[in-house]
Amino acid sequence: MDTLKAFIRHPSGMAGLIILASIVMLAVLAPTLRPDDPWDMIGAPFQPPLSEGLLLGSDMLGRDVAAGIMYGARVSLTIGLASTLAAVFVGVLIGAVSGYCGGQIDDVMMRITELFQTIPGFILAILLVATLGPTLSHVIVAIGAVSWPPLARLTRAEFLRLRSREFVQAAVCQGQPSIAVVFRHILPNAISPIIVTGSLTIATAILIESALSFMGLGDPNLMSWGFMIGAARTVIRQAWWMSVFPGIAIVLSVLAINLLGEGLNDTLNPRLSRGGRH
Amino acid sequence: MSSIALRLTGSRGIAVVLAVAGWLAKFVAVVLVIATFSFLLVHAAPGDPAQVIAGQSGAADDKLLSQLREEYGLDKPYIVQLATYLKRVVTLDLGYSYRQQRPVLTLLAERMPATLLLTGSAFLLALIVGITLGTLAGVRAGKWSDMMLTVISLLFYAMPVFWLGLMLVLLFSVQLDWLPAFGYVTIGVPMTPIARARDILWHLTLPVMSLAAVYLAIYARLMRSSVIDITHQDFIKTARAKGLKQGRVVVRHILRNAILPVVTVAGMQAGSLVGGAVVIETVFAWPGLGRLTYDAVLQRDYPVLLGIFLVMSVIVIILNLVTDATYRLVDPRVTTRSAS
Repeated sequence: MDTLKAFIRHPSGMAGLIILASIVMLAVLAPTLRPDDPWDMIGAPFQPPLSEGLLLGSDMLGRDVAAGIMYGARVSLTIGLASTLAAVFVGVLIGAVSGYCGGQIDDVMMRITELFQTIPGFILAILLVATLGPTLSHVIVAIGAVSWPPLARLTRAEFLRLRSREFVQAAVCQGQPSIAVVFRHILPNAISPIIVTGSLTIATAILIESALSFMGLGDPNLMSWGFMIGAARTVIRQAWWMSVFPGIAIVLSVLAINLLGEGLNDTLNPRLSRGGRH
Repeated sequence: MSSIALRLTGSRGIAVVLAVAGWLAKFVAVVLVIATFSFLLVHAAPGDPAQVIAGQSGAADDKLLSQLREEYGLDKPYIVQLATYLKRVVTLDLGYSYRQQRPVLTLLAERMPATLLLTGSAFLLALIVGITLGTLAGVRAGKWSDMMLTVISLLFYAMPVFWLGLMLVLLFSVQLDWLPAFGYVTIGVPMTPIARARDILWHLTLPVMSLAAVYLAIYARLMRSSVIDITHQDFIKTARAKGLKQGRVVVRHILRNAILPVVTVAGMQAGSLVGGAVVIETVFAWPGLGRLTYDAVLQRDYPVLLGIFLVMSVIVIILNLVTDATYRLVDPRVTTRSAS
């Protein structure tokens, strides 16, 4: 409860929460507010913002930019959340095994993690989506596959730190099985930095998703922010609004999640310095 | 010469040899793993691997397909295929782009200079400006200019690189008409080498600015907190108590120590910088590897994509080496530590 109170008093964290909540609302209400398919032509093409019935204008095929942004929010948030969950699962698993077992297992696993950190992640993601085919689940897999290394390193460091603490040693001495030690004693104490890093991973995942769909590697059946910008790129001289507004949507979501993450960091790990983000 | 020889025989020399050996081992390991990975991907792709290598055009004729099966040994067991593939990679045979009708290595070599120019300039710009701004903000912690830096870096950090690029195009080429929006050099105009270099620099400005912005923001923030940390340490108080001027304390005592974490992070982010170059080249029609990636994605040209993946990873390892060497240069303690 104290944590909750502290978070409410955190101005930028709350600002992030409010912006993010509004975007989630827009995403949820998209089918109610704009019942038409976002791919449908609903007016004349190249209509500037604030023209009749079109708050944010229409694109080169007469599609509503505002509707595109609302439906795009669904895609971006879904992919951001799902790929982060995948990355957290893989990262925590590898980090936990590595930090708990130590020794050669740790050595090998950290080598693999380091390798994945060296490989240019975005290009690996491009390659994965291009090979497996551009569907929602493949995009999630690709982003998850390039996002787990920081989480693995963090979890490993936490496990290494906690493993030698007295209460964990006590549990081991009582003869509790490793599973119990990990899930009852270590993980609950390591969870808050994992939550913070996980929340920041969502922001990065949204950025990667937008770049993938900008490159034409998004799911072709789903409207997304990156796709809108990519499609409007060639007409930017005539129609600025088609690329400006979806971009603002990306910036706002990522900014909101980053602010929220920093707010969580300050309230969950009050002793850590604010500079500890990177 | 004799002093260098002397140094190389000492513990420092051993450390250098160890570092080079470690780096070479890492290099070989990464290349082999990436090659293996590429091999697995081609087989994970839906459809016939021969079809995939040919470019999934569907129009590839049977003669070409059977020739490819022969060449890659696709009828042999996987392990033999993998060995064949790795052997080709090691001998720098990256295959043939059936879409572009040219060897992949030639395509990559042609596009390499433009990408190196773009990423290199962006990396340097981000480091130099980021460190300068971060130091200024750290020294003036709490003042409005410091607050400004925090806000701007948060904004840059939330921006997709390709969108920032487009916004800069909107401002500097569409509205103000100051800078060219795309391309590498003005086409169809005969130029002297100097005029050509200036023209390339002109075209380089916007892509480099867009690519460098995020990293600049990250380095500036990191430098700022690092400078603040160092400023409170005892040896800085000593330096000030000795009566050293502020400028000298900042440059000789604070900067040199505060720069280390920035160099570390810069090295770790080399991979993401190279990834950013791919989208930036797409936005600005910059004729480098990134633009080639975009075309290869559109055409599903796998041999080219795999080659790019390999070459980009190698660029990242080289950038890592550069930051590692910088680290050793700035902090001589690192060498002694790794030697013991």
